[in-house]
Amino acid sequence: MTSVEKIPKDQMVVEGLTGDAAIALALKQCDIDVLAAYPITPQTIIVEDFQKFVANGEVKTKVIPVESEHSAMSACVGASAVGARVATATASAGLALMWEILYCAASMRMPIVLTVANRALSAPINIHNDWSDTYGARDSGFIQLYCQSSQEAYDTTIMAFKIAENKDILLPIMVCIDGFILSHNVERVEMLPDQAIKKFLGVRQPFQNLDPDNPITMGPLALTDYYFEFKEQQDEAIKRVPDVFKQVEAEFERMTGRSYGMLETYKTEDAEIILLTHSTPAGTAKVVVDVLRERDEKVGVLRLKMFRPFPSKEVAEAIKHAKAVAVFEKCRSFGSTCNPLALEVMASLYDLKEKPMVTDFVIGLGGRDVPPTTIVEGYEKTKEYLKQGKAPLYETLGVRK
Amino acid sequence: MKKYNEIPMAGNIIEPGNSKEYKTGGWRAKRPVHNDETCLWIRNGTCGKCWIYCPDNAVRLIEKDGKYFYEYDYDYCKGCGICANECPTQSIKMESE
Repeated sequence: MTSVEKIPKDQMVVEGLTGDAAIALALKQCDIDVLAAYPITPQTIIVEDFQKFVANGEVKTKVIPVESEHSAMSACVGASAVGARVATATASAGLALMWEILYCAASMRMPIVLTVANRALSAPINIHNDWSDTYGARDSGFIQLYCQSSQEAYDTTIMAFKIAENKDILLPIMVCIDGFILSHNVERVEMLPDQAIKKFLGVRQPFQNLDPDNPITMGPLALTDYYFEFKEQQDEAIKRVPDVFKQVEAEFERMTGRSYGMLETYKTEDAEIILLTHSTPAGTAKVVVDVLRERDEKVGVLRLKMFRPFPSKEVAEAIKHAKAVAVFEKCRSFGSTCNPLALEVMASLYDLKEKPMVTDFVIGLGGRDVPPTTIVEGYEKTKEYLKQGKAPLYETLGVRK
Repeated sequence: MKKYNEIPMAGNIIEPGNSKEYKTGGWRAKRPVHNDETCLWIRNGTCGKCWIYCPDNAVRLIEKDGKYFYEYDYDYCKGCGICANECPTQSIKMESE
């Protein structure tokens, strides 16, 4: 582990930045070697800003303007295979077009940082936020981290490289922000000096890389005799993420005083009902909790940051004392019993003898606004279901029906 | 067979050129049989199309003391029949194993 020191406040630069701009600046400071991307709303500013840094000679990064997202991720895999530090950005349909290569990146163990401005999937075509895109990719083998603020997007992008490139991990990672709600909203961001990030990250030390002097083959054929064993390796690697995440965050905290955890609890100690969500709705939920607390309602928030790997033990530990957990998620898994986040939460609680009731609310599809009243509605419904001792498996909130 | 933690990460082949350890001759259903009478290589050391086209380097054309020989490397010859197809004098016939 490198030794990092606390960075004095006067060395920090404070700026008003959108989530996208914060990520672009983080990528610049992480001194990436290659960025291959294809523009798509609401991620566009990340690549646009980064291209400006390239045009101004502020970075030495090779930018590959590709013809599609399938090619973008393919180029990233190639560059990462050589040993480069690589990033890309996408959203929605772009992520969908990367699909095949997402699995290649993960199973070839390429530590690529993919920043995603979460956006609804077609059809109907929609540019606004929900989580259908990255939730769909939850089984691809990528690590998934979701951010609530521009500051967190900046910090997480920097930490993402250190987690992904760790020799015990070597997996690609998605850093997700809510499209428009965070990607285009200006917030205060405290930025580290370049030198501090250089020291924190160091230069990528590839474990195995393509090198003409020491030729190896990557991504060859493995059939019935060995494929399963390579998947076992991959599974072991993603299980090691929580430990490495904690180490990296501890180091980052020493440097900045900031840390987020795999999950964040807000007023949950004595809470009877816990609102469980992530990304920007978590901020809304915290405000709702503050108001409800003034009315002596025992309510708290669990804000998840890491969705893959899912920190089951920690989530169960944080919510097991509650009477009910109300899950709010911006995705409908069509035909499924309930939806991706609630499924994980319920499975995490399965082994407990006494478990809280879980209610699952689908909110904000296609960027439908999630005002505090939607969260309150979910809370009130959960209270009612507790009284009845029974809740539906899931329901939608904020839709005209 | 090796366990998951005894094999290179992600299926990487870290020893270059190790495909020669994979003897593909076992795939062969038909083997090439040469007719020395009409083969241009045997007659005058020309042609060599079978050698050029063989995808597995399984045809060996040998020249020794002004005489011309050939052999097939049956460890790798898959019996694809490309040599027989390319031979301009129909000197190679594919016969069932």
